Amino acid sequence: MTAAPIETDVAIIGAGPIGLFAVFELGLLDLKCHLVDILDRPGGQCTELYPEKPIYDIPALPIVTGQQLVNQLMEQIKPFNPQFHFSEMATSLEKLADGRWKLKTDAGTEITAHVVVIAAGAGSFQPKRPPVPGIEHFENAGDGIGVHYAVRKMETFRGKDILIAGGGDSALDWVINLAPLAKSLTLVHHRDGFRAAQHSVNQMRELEKEGKVKFHVASVKAVHGEPGKLSGVTLTGADKSEWRHEADAFLPFFGLTIKLGPIAEFGINLHENLIPVDTARFESQAPGIFAIGDINTYTGKLKLILSGFHEAALMSQAAFHIARPNEKLRFQYTTSSSNLQKKLGVS
Amino acid sequence: MKIIATDRQGKVHQLEGREHWSVMEILRDAGLDVAAECGGACACGTCHVYVTDGWYDKLPEPSESEIDMLDMALAVQPGTSRLSCQITCSTETDGIKVTVAPE
Repeated sequence: MTAAPIETDVAIIGAGPIGLFAVFELGLLDLKCHLVDILDRPGGQCTELYPEKPIYDIPALPIVTGQQLVNQLMEQIKPFNPQFHFSEMATSLEKLADGRWKLKTDAGTEITAHVVVIAAGAGSFQPKRPPVPGIEHFENAGDGIGVHYAVRKMETFRGKDILIAGGGDSALDWVINLAPLAKSLTLVHHRDGFRAAQHSVNQMRELEKEGKVKFHVASVKAVHGEPGKLSGVTLTGADKSEWRHEADAFLPFFGLTIKLGPIAEFGINLHENLIPVDTARFESQAPGIFAIGDINTYTGKLKLILSGFHEAALMSQAAFHIARPNEKLRFQYTTSSSNLQKKLGVS
Repeated sequence: MKIIATDRQGKVHQLEGREHWSVMEILRDAGLDVAAECGGACACGTCHVYVTDGWYDKLPEPSESEIDMLDMALAVQPGTSRLSCQITCSTETDGIKVTVAPE
């Protein structure tokens, strides 16, 4: 499914704190932004890894949690009405004849922009894949069978022998939700204790008592079957004993990890998975493609949120000249410019 | 103080620990391919190591939050698995043996 192509000034890959602040700096210069992020909400690592953890080194904020910082940034950029494309992965970047760039996503979104800003942190969040040899041959095997890292349609798992691994909220939630439709449901975890919310654990224990769920302190050591058709796994127990367990579907839930992802195939020069940029414009070696935040590298680079904010401001000045080649950039302060205050909706 | 670390390729490295630094920082700075995505906040589970040769029992017990976070790590082996960002280098850890867990 391909939606109508989008035309805008700037396409930003990554809606973490730096991508969000870039919207502000670009917005002051009247540049409109579309943002693409593989996560289903803004904030990147701040909200995915440490929403509740305090950050102490944001200038003028003695203490702020990851979630609070992102909430504040979302409020700050609201006047500029950025358009978000969540749960989409930026998959390709193509230079058009008129000098603009076309960014495509795995959901079929196409964004044509004068400037592309890569603010992708360490890359894209992807499900952790258990280090079981050959597991990849059973991924994307079809509805309700093989290895799945997410449940899209519960109904596809009806009547199946399901094995779930993990001890967090996702693992327990899916045990509870899939048990009523499964032919059998087995949960394995490396300990007889769970990180998941207590009420979920209680519900799981209840299902176990009723015989609707089997739980083993064990881990998956091997997967079996023809490629594309899982037949079962080998489990290893706490006492190192091993046994075979039949399953149509294996659902590992160990959260997300960061992989560079398709950025590696954009044709941009990379150095150890980072994008080298100059420190005046924060532009990659491809004119019109900028990189800010943790994804870039230059002499003296520090992976700090505050460095990314600075990079966003300088990048925006350079981006303006590309997007508005015939206009003069007027540098103004938000404290004194009624023009900027109007854009911010405060005067 | 030494850290004897085995990387994912099975190569053994003798590393110099630094007082009050975490084992994760030493492994990462030595280029042992420890992702440590959250930077040492006990929030991601990607600095997972196996503490071997009797060293596990010599360390202070893991905190509740580390035990919780290990639920999101891969290939956990009870009795050896720890998050290396939660192990602090000291004279008590001199000679500690760790193996970087698979990813």
